[in-house]
Amino acid sequence: MIAVNSLFGRKTKDRLMTALMAAATALVLLPLGMIFFHIVRMGIGSINLDFFIHIPQPTGEAGGGIANGMVGSFLLIVIASLIGLPIGILGAIYLADYGGGPTSTVIRFSADVLAGIPSIITGMVVYALLVVPLHGFSALAGAVALALIMIPIVLRTTEEQLKMVPITLREASLALGVPLWRTSLKVTLRSAMTGVMTGILLAIARIAGETAPLLFTALGNQFWSRKLTQPIAALPLQIFSFAIAPYEDWHRLAWGGALLLVVVMFGLSLAARYFGRIKH
Amino acid sequence: MNNKVTVENLNVHFGATHAVRDVSIDIPANSVTAIIGPSGCGKSTMLRAINRMHDLVPQARVAGKILLDGDDIYAKGTDPVAIRRRVGMVFQKPNPFPAMSIYDNVIAGYKLNGRLNKDEADELVESSLRRVALWDEVQDRLKRSAMELSGGQQQRLCIARTIAVKPEVILMDEPASALDPLSTLKIEELIEELKERYTIIIVTHNMQQAARVSDYTAFFYLGELIEWGGTKRIFTTPDKKQTEDYITGRFG
Repeated sequence: MIAVNSLFGRKTKDRLMTALMAAATALVLLPLGMIFFHIVRMGIGSINLDFFIHIPQPTGEAGGGIANGMVGSFLLIVIASLIGLPIGILGAIYLADYGGGPTSTVIRFSADVLAGIPSIITGMVVYALLVVPLHGFSALAGAVALALIMIPIVLRTTEEQLKMVPITLREASLALGVPLWRTSLKVTLRSAMTGVMTGILLAIARIAGETAPLLFTALGNQFWSRKLTQPIAALPLQIFSFAIAPYEDWHRLAWGGALLLVVVMFGLSLAARYFGRIKH
Repeated sequence: MNNKVTVENLNVHFGATHAVRDVSIDIPANSVTAIIGPSGCGKSTMLRAINRMHDLVPQARVAGKILLDGDDIYAKGTDPVAIRRRVGMVFQKPNPFPAMSIYDNVIAGYKLNGRLNKDEADELVESSLRRVALWDEVQDRLKRSAMELSGGQQQRLCIARTIAVKPEVILMDEPASALDPLSTLKIEELIEELKERYTIIIVTHNMQQAARVSDYTAFFYLGELIEWGGTKRIFTTPDKKQTEDYITGRFG
């Protein structure tokens, strides 16, 4: 009888725990679902051709779009990547293949601290270092701020991926008389490329939605920017300024922008997962 | 006797571990020298010192001289990359480049270092694969991944890749220990042929293999070179008691 009782007890406990875990999972997924549902419901009405090809209308006039914000965000991401990816990837190669001493420890620690700095502070630092000396807000300053956020993410994810490449492959290349730097680029980095791409895409997804570091740097722009030394519009900044404005039309644009941003981030995450899965 | 490699008072430390202790040995040209000894006796460490593979390990320290054709490869200003082009290496586990085709693996030493024109590449691939007796088995699938080959074929591909860059010395670190008996036999036959053009130094756990393939044998124990000489003499009338105990299977 005792055996039967304890078996019953165990099965009950098992069911209870399974139910608790299922509830916890649902609790995690619920906010995500609610955010997604709400943004689609509020934003879908703003999505039309004008939304993609026009810039915002002056206050009081109906219609308009966020074309300048989309292009601005795209430019900011491209320039930030041009600055951030080489630094992050080369730094990771240094840590994985060249480092080992106290320098590496310092670099890793600094990267972790940099990754933990609130992004608004990154924006303030770039404001002091670039915006003030150059006498103006600019797309370049915005891109530098985003690059600073990107570097530690790319550095650490790339380093992890490079370390997973077997040492025997590096040795095979070195034993053929290939210099270490070529080995790092052509054997180690290439072997780790799918994982490195995943890290890059996640870093891009992260900076695509950043608003705070752009407030003091790129500033935002109601119109098209002609130079990278001028303030430039960006999707998250537009959402912010439209959402706090008292106009119904602008609120609609903000919801549409939010929907677009979420869809882009979702797409980037899916692409990252895809890259993470394919193997040679 | 023409010595290709001369090792003089070589010491290798890894942090606090003294892995190779004051070793001096001559390696005659166009011969096979086997390095035998129990696990952890420093034979692989010794081998890797000959193409400066320890340069990449921050805590490794190498002292003493290794002369390649009379020039110290550890002399100041010597480029380890140039040394590794003259002293190739075949590893314990076959390690073809997984992202490359069979064809590209053979010419990897050139591809990774720059360019090679198509005709030269074709010729080099064929001659290298023929020399390791792999050509007939793979000639109709040169563009396929090297990972589709069996372990023994992969190891012969790695040897083809090594000889394609035309080294003078080939170091082999237990090249057959991960292979089946038939593949092992093929590798051993290959070593016999390769010594006409190259000087070969092979580390092996397998004493029968050392006896079969080598002209000279060196016995290492606890980081020291106990004795070395002609393979026949080492295996029949060794000078030292430790050597005799090891080759007769009393320890190791």
